[in-house]
Amino acid sequence: MKRAATIVLLAALISLPLWISSLYVLHILIMTGIFIIAAMSLNLLLGFTGQLSLGHVAFFGIGAYTSSLMSLGFEVHLLPSWQVGLEAKPVWLAMLTGVLLAGMCGWVIGRLSFKVRGAYFVIVTVSFAEVVRLVALNWVELTQGPMALNNIPVLRLGIPGFFEFAFLRKPANYYLVLAVGALAYLMIRRLVHSRAGRAMIALRENEALAASVGIDVTRYLVLATFLSAGIAGAAGALYAHYVRIVDPEIFSFIYTVTMVIMVITGGKGTLAGPLVGGLMFGLLPEVLRAFSIPPEIQWVIYGALMILIVYFLPEGIVPALSRFWRGRRQQDDAAALALKTEPSP
Amino acid sequence: MLRASPGGERDHPHFTCRAPPRQRGACLAALRLCEQRVDQLLQHTLNALILGGTYALLGIGLTLIFGIMRVVNFTHGELYAFGAYMMYLWVMLAGMNFYLAMVLAVALGVLLGGAIELVLLRRLKGADIDTTMLVMIGAWIALQNLEQWTWSGVAKSITAPFPATPLVLGPISVSWNRLFVFVVASVLILATHALINHSKLGKAMRATFQDRETAALMGIAIDRIHTATFALGSGLAAAAGALLGPVFVAYPSMGDLASLKAFAIVILGGLGSIPGATAGGFILAFIEELGAGYISSGFRDGMGFLLIIVILIVKPTGLFARRERIG
Repeated sequence: MKRAATIVLLAALISLPLWISSLYVLHILIMTGIFIIAAMSLNLLLGFTGQLSLGHVAFFGIGAYTSSLMSLGFEVHLLPSWQVGLEAKPVWLAMLTGVLLAGMCGWVIGRLSFKVRGAYFVIVTVSFAEVVRLVALNWVELTQGPMALNNIPVLRLGIPGFFEFAFLRKPANYYLVLAVGALAYLMIRRLVHSRAGRAMIALRENEALAASVGIDVTRYLVLATFLSAGIAGAAGALYAHYVRIVDPEIFSFIYTVTMVIMVITGGKGTLAGPLVGGLMFGLLPEVLRAFSIPPEIQWVIYGALMILIVYFLPEGIVPALSRFWRGRRQQDDAAALALKTEPSP
Repeated sequence: MLRASPGGERDHPHFTCRAPPRQRGACLAALRLCEQRVDQLLQHTLNALILGGTYALLGIGLTLIFGIMRVVNFTHGELYAFGAYMMYLWVMLAGMNFYLAMVLAVALGVLLGGAIELVLLRRLKGADIDTTMLVMIGAWIALQNLEQWTWSGVAKSITAPFPATPLVLGPISVSWNRLFVFVVASVLILATHALINHSKLGKAMRATFQDRETAALMGIAIDRIHTATFALGSGLAAAAGALLGPVFVAYPSMGDLASLKAFAIVILGGLGSIPGATAGGFILAFIEELGAGYISSGFRDGMGFLLIIVILIVKPTGLFARRERIG
């Protein structure tokens, strides 16, 4: 039953560009997909280790900026007389570097801030994102500041000399995002069901107890931050080479909030949660736009929804739904059992 | 080479240059540059002192709410923006008296804070800190966008009834408006200290801060203390906004930076410590002002965040907290 549902879902996702011809709809789906990947990375941290990162957009933006700069090449003066430059590199290499650098930043932030936790971690991550935004805005020689990085090359894959494929058109980008998303999903699933994942969940549930049975708290938290930041960086790199323009707006706090809302609504700590929440909040702006609701009111609705969900569905949609299904199946089973055991007349 | 000569000479009023005549020009130029630098430093110090007052107000409000209620209040900056916009509404649109409008803005901030506590937080009693944090984030987004929708994204300036010519004190100058801000902020800080330390309400608040359960057993109405705390903290934020609104301008996202700076101040001083928040406000203002003046003005607002990161590495409990207060 569950496997059948998965296959149907996968088939629908893969065949989507075949029966949707509207480029606009495809664009919305690609952007939603990128944000779902980012939300999945946030869920790894928030859902499975219980640490809320409110600066997740920093990792997303670092991935985007690193990948763009590597693929464009740059020259900067670190000191007035000391110039550092880099030739333009192939896009796949640039994207990998972006992922790695974002992961490294996550590692550093994790190392620094997991001595303290809870509210402190939240504030450190917020501060980090703000510092990174200011660097992107003010280091004009490297990042072009508010003038933005333009003409970012698209991803090209292939064997040099034989054939080459450019991810230029929307269906190709859709499949790229889908592939990266599936990869991230499988990676997170593998991790969560592994020894390390169980250690993380144990930490979330009861840190003192987990530490007492020998789980190295800092190590697993830093590992989770590293992976989470890396996946967010991958989402950022996808974004940069799809949209092909990156400016400091990418670090807007509102993007982090979008990711948090997606995870909370869908259900933190569940694998499907970010998918469901991401689809909802990726497509909701379009629905609201159809009713010609101004964007400010859209955000007011987001905020109100977030509060309502915390009150009434504190675990999110996915756990609530699965409990509902399980409950119904148990009722059915009980009814069947009652029928069977009824004495025949 | 230089010697102070109170009587003054023809080259310089306070110093005599005893260098050989050929080097006298260079000597005097160096002296003037030195004086300029000292004047600059004095000016930065004065600016920091004046900014620090409002920062301290913001920090005290936030630290009260965190210390007593264990709520990471993300709406704090929105209350700050609310104060500024109320000044705009009453002074610029309704034409009300400036000082009356300020009192009204703070009073409305207190009411709004109380309402937020009653509607959103009262029912979350006993929930963990993450849950309340999410609710406050939701409230923050909703409030900020309501502000943007109501007032539009264009920045609003508010005119204050002060003379345009600054007060000149020797080499440094200060505008009358900023002086007013500093005086009012100082009075409010002292009043809050007095309220916390010398009133019955303050005693109940301190008891709740120390041990919520025991305080409840002693007959303190914890619910009412929470509402009062949130209203007081919000009122202080609104006061900071009402004070700084006429100095700068009011714009919808002004609350974001205010929130983040308030967090920086609170972490600097230690979560829950009011003297810590007061000192933290002034320290942050000094670091920002000196950083902007001598390092890079583009990173002015980044100084606070760098400071948070450094403090958390070096002394995570804050500079002034006596005991561990990690939430």
